[in-house]
Amino acid sequence: MTTTLTTIDWLIMLVYFAFVLGIGFVLKRYVRTSNDFFLAGRSIPAWVCGLAFISANLGAQEVIGMGASGAKYGIATSQFYWIGAIPAMVFVGLFMMPFYYGSKARSVPEYLKLRYDEKTRAWNAGSFAIMTVFSSGISMYAMARLIQVLHIFDGLFHHLGLPLAWIFHFSILLSAIIVLGYIFLGGLTSAIYNEVLQFFLIVAGFIPLVWIGLKNVGGWHGIQRTLGPAYTHSWRGMAHASTNPLGTEWYSMIFGLGFVLSFGYWCTDFLVVQRAMAAESELAARRVPLIAAIPKMFFPFLVILPGLIAISVPTIAQHAMAQVQTTPVPGQARRNVPSSQMASDATAAPVGRGLIPAKIDPVNGRVMTDSAGQPLLDYDLAIPNMLLHFFPTGILGLGLTALLASFMSGMAGNVTAFNTVWTYDIYQSYIHKTGTDQHYLWMGRMATIGGIVLSIGAAYLVTSFNNILDALQLVFSFVNAPLLATFLLGMFWKRTTGHGAFWGLLSGTFAAVLHIGLTLPADAPGVGIHGGWIAVLHVYPSTMAQNFWTAIWAFSVSFVLTVGISLLTRPRKEEDLVGLVYSLTPKPDEGHLAWYQKPMALGLLVLAMLVVLNLVFA
Amino acid sequence: MGLDIRLPLGLLFLATGVLMTAYGLFTRGSAIYEKSLSMNINLIWGMVLLLFGLAMLLLSWTARRRLSRTAPDVPSNSEAPLHRSPRSH
Repeated sequence: MTTTLTTIDWLIMLVYFAFVLGIGFVLKRYVRTSNDFFLAGRSIPAWVCGLAFISANLGAQEVIGMGASGAKYGIATSQFYWIGAIPAMVFVGLFMMPFYYGSKARSVPEYLKLRYDEKTRAWNAGSFAIMTVFSSGISMYAMARLIQVLHIFDGLFHHLGLPLAWIFHFSILLSAIIVLGYIFLGGLTSAIYNEVLQFFLIVAGFIPLVWIGLKNVGGWHGIQRTLGPAYTHSWRGMAHASTNPLGTEWYSMIFGLGFVLSFGYWCTDFLVVQRAMAAESELAARRVPLIAAIPKMFFPFLVILPGLIAISVPTIAQHAMAQVQTTPVPGQARRNVPSSQMASDATAAPVGRGLIPAKIDPVNGRVMTDSAGQPLLDYDLAIPNMLLHFFPTGILGLGLTALLASFMSGMAGNVTAFNTVWTYDIYQSYIHKTGTDQHYLWMGRMATIGGIVLSIGAAYLVTSFNNILDALQLVFSFVNAPLLATFLLGMFWKRTTGHGAFWGLLSGTFAAVLHIGLTLPADAPGVGIHGGWIAVLHVYPSTMAQNFWTAIWAFSVSFVLTVGISLLTRPRKEEDLVGLVYSLTPKPDEGHLAWYQKPMALGLLVLAMLVVLNLVFA
Repeated sequence: MGLDIRLPLGLLFLATGVLMTAYGLFTRGSAIYEKSLSMNINLIWGMVLLLFGLAMLLLSWTARRRLSRTAPDVPSNSEAPLHRSPRSH
């Protein structure tokens, strides 16, 4: 049986890309000021921003990473949503959005400037800009690799007589041009509108996948029978790190993931906060994360469940990837092609599990094994192989479009955050202070080009990481974890000073680096990028546990030092902090709203749904 | 911004739905559906997408009508936020 893309698949993809670029062209005429370009004119309804809020985060890390983790760890991966996102989304909506939106700051670093001082903003803007470029580069790299692994362009390249080794570069360039096109034209509005299309497309592409997949493995009960309780209960064995697949215990899970990492991301990361800041009013901005939380909590069923289904399917001798017709171009075809599609002919022995193939060493083409001699599995292929296994031509085009859309929304989210931070917080603040609005609008478009070019550079750098999720977590813990202390103290303790915040932030970041340098996860191949490059003082049961503890250390050091230094330095006058600090800001007037229209009611509803979900899958 | 997102969203899903439904009709009983456990998934899911697209277009159309009744003089290329329903203030 062979699967190749046919005309109908290409048509579906082309229609989508026509709409993506079309939206940019239509919106171009509405972009007249820098405010339109960077903040969407602050005129978008809450539900649109809410869907963009989730979609911007739904990049490569989410779709491929969560499917991979679902196959590797089971339903416990849903903790990344239920513990690792929803409570933080409720918190940012109810308690933090009034300061972001109400302070009239145009970006998160600018809020730090208003609340603290110039140096805190500069540090945040700089580190954030670097992080967005890397995230965008990772999305781009993952997309290009996927296009290669799925042989999407093989037929086309063969037809044109081009070497298959160029597909990787072609894919990077193509995704760069498309994302550049629609952001350059329509700015943040264009990114947000496209994120809404991407959201619906991902839902439309993944529901039938889960449906057919579940039917094939005998439903949820079938998965329970095949995989056993460790895979199908999200809280089982959390009492100790050695008794659950994540290798963490409940308190590092709750404090590390549920508090520091999750709040650090959802409450301070401008990538997502920017979507809420584009809302049409403060009330709408507060509703954005709350509206986003409702579909978000059901996403495990779309992106994690396919991972579980992929390993439940009886192992087939030839994994799905091998079913794809590889156009044989003798000699040159196999050069430069990283990773596992080489398995398709050389080593198609059934060493994988379900639809997940074994990892193949790109150098010698052999199956990679762990220290016990067991083959390592290439979990990142869980979702792509699911698509190829269950989708006939036609809907396969839809599924692939959904996958590509998710990569592009991840990229676009980072690029729009980057161009805003660059233009407002770096260029306007330190390089050219007195330009006209038209000049900054022009700069925003140039920054979009610059951001994409840098992302391409980052994409070529990102080759030494196997699991995209781990890599991003590592960056998060350096940058985001100490930030949470800075924001929480800044918003809820008026005594916090700029010096305290800055030095606390710096020490927190340093503590994160130090912690990774001194510890090693047991599942790491050895001392290196995963830790231990100073000395190995402690070995964690898993990379995940190390990540959580890095975040906890970074946050705690930042928190303690910010408080200590603040007490030793002179606070700002209270009248300067109105609108920036909780105790000095009038509460939003909600008197005219019925009880069910109040953000608090929506927040409580979201939390109640979360409790029910956790009980069902405990 | 002066574009109701439900318009492109509806059109995209309508176009995709039509393509898949038509393809599903032409490939009834084809061997390609062995993969999807003998369900003509193109036909079934194509129709779902088609209906979703139509629903979005309908919503966009009624919002536009309601708006033009309350503010009849809005020129189409003005800064007026056309996507907002009058009640959302």
